Amino acid sequence: MADLTRTDVAHLAALARIDLSDAELDRMVGELAVILDAVATVQQAPIADVEPMSHPMPIVNVTRPDVVRSSLSPEDALAGAPEAEQQRFSVPRILDED
Amino acid sequence: MTTDLTRSTAAALADLLTQGSISAREVAQAHLDRTAEVDAAVHSYLHVDTEGALSTADEVDRRRAAGESLHALAGVPIAVKDVIATRGLPTTCGSRILQGWVPPYDATLVTRLRRAGMPILGKTNMDEFAMGSSTEHSAYGPSRNPWDLDRIPGGSGGGSSSAVASFQAPLAIGTDTGGSIRQPAAVTGTVGTKPTYGGVSRYGLVALASSLDQAGPCTRTVLDAALLHEVIGGHDPMDSTSIDAPVPPLVEAARRADVSGLRVGIVRELTGEGFQAGVQTRFEQAVQHLVDAGAEVVEVSCPSFTYALAAYYLILPSEASSNLAKFDAMRYGLRVAPSGIPDPSAEQVMAATRDAGFGDEVKRRIILGTYALSSGYYDAYYGSAQKVRRLIADDFTRAFEAADVLVSPTAPTTAFRFGDKLDDPMAMYLNDIATIPANLAGIPGISVPSGLADEDGLPAGFQILAPAMRDDRLYAVGAALEARLAAAWGGAMLDRAPALAGSGAAVGPTRTKEA
Repeated sequence: MADLTRTDVAHLAALARIDLSDAELDRMVGELAVILDAVATVQQAPIADVEPMSHPMPIVNVTRPDVVRSSLSPEDALAGAPEAEQQRFSVPRILDED
Repeated sequence: MTTDLTRSTAAALADLLTQGSISAREVAQAHLDRTAEVDAAVHSYLHVDTEGALSTADEVDRRRAAGESLHALAGVPIAVKDVIATRGLPTTCGSRILQGWVPPYDATLVTRLRRAGMPILGKTNMDEFAMGSSTEHSAYGPSRNPWDLDRIPGGSGGGSSSAVASFQAPLAIGTDTGGSIRQPAAVTGTVGTKPTYGGVSRYGLVALASSLDQAGPCTRTVLDAALLHEVIGGHDPMDSTSIDAPVPPLVEAARRADVSGLRVGIVRELTGEGFQAGVQTRFEQAVQHLVDAGAEVVEVSCPSFTYALAAYYLILPSEASSNLAKFDAMRYGLRVAPSGIPDPSAEQVMAATRDAGFGDEVKRRIILGTYALSSGYYDAYYGSAQKVRRLIADDFTRAFEAADVLVSPTAPTTAFRFGDKLDDPMAMYLNDIATIPANLAGIPGISVPSGLADEDGLPAGFQILAPAMRDDRLYAVGAALEARLAAAWGGAMLDRAPALAGSGAAVGPTRTKEA
């Protein structure tokens, strides 16, 4: 089994958009190693010709008639926004400056 | 009449309300008073809605007085786990990232509670985003077990279990992704049902793992659980995984409590080794009670269950890492600016917010899930776990050919002390060993009190599992067991729980009500 390094965990945290502190990173490397050891046992199960199961019940596509119905008002939709402006979500810049 | 309304079952309250011998306001007020008295010690609630509960109760009283025909549970109050969206009431999921968030809509199950005229007393505490078995991962501090305030009330739904066990609510709603209704029920001496996946709408539940999550009842009796299950169950077009078929007759099954000729399967892999001696003893006695009631016992083997915990702790983090990506500091919830960065980008704000807003366990699982789903590791981890999931479902299919229901202890131990497992994630995860297989396969399960373990005098739980969409069997077997145990004990098990600080007598306060 591949060992997770501190660099790996830092990379995963960046992918997951979590700004971990150095102390958190140090602790998490050790904890994840223990958990990964335990969960990797799935690979020892007799699963060679087994069909993966993503969902517990048979899934069918569900459709509904295409009719207009009420939805959230702009006030309701924006009520929980950290910042709103002109009936829109106000967000930090999304592009780099250079 | 002299009575303490908070000690009544929901079924008894419903009868008294229908007869008009008590008002919905009296019932709601009695429970709010009880909360004012004991919740400083128990901490079941993150938010109490005194005004809303009383106003719903008054409306029920007004409509009843006007001669309107009301739902059987109209006026019976309820507590709702804080992972469920309630319009106008804070919904935090036990997380800092949603502190103060007030949803602009109701979950479908909440709409159904409101339509039935059930006053919502408040929102109950939980491990953050339902990740945990103790409520120690709540950002707002743990709830406490009414049997021993130094011990955990189970998790993630420890707020709901402790609210019901400490008589602050006759009914509560929980959610069960790997045991979060059943394990808290087991360690608090209460009843909890995880319905068949798709049996109760997930619309308005803040998703942890979408293929595993299921909401259900937390109560003190099996009949009360059946009554509540019938209120919240049934098809919902707002949830694409909702089962489009009638809910089986659950209340009828609970009232009949008939197990004659029923084949009860003991799952070999979920008993014996790894289970506390007193928990195992109570389990064996409970099985004997079912035999005395006319059931037949068979032993079944589910060899793949050995891998269930490992599969679960890959599937859950994978789904959770994806579901929790929505907490991006843009549309709702916390927004934190990173320190030392002038004019930060949206991405930097997102990362700073998620660091500040999520607790350790949530971060661990998001990162684990991100890893399990990442290119190059997907097949080895998430893919293998999905194959194990199929093996577990196949084990259940075979077991249900030999047995009508399967049984096991609900949790391997009684309630542990705060801090005992907090620093060892794998030890914490082992609490779910007996409850997880049902979530992976989507089948229904219930936990019913089996008695107090000899070595510590704390509650143990008896788990009953049934095939998908046969939730009625849980209630038939659960009610049969409950009746026999109550007869053997000479009363309900919760009558033996110690009085809480603020309570006058060993059986709680008695107050006089004008009939």
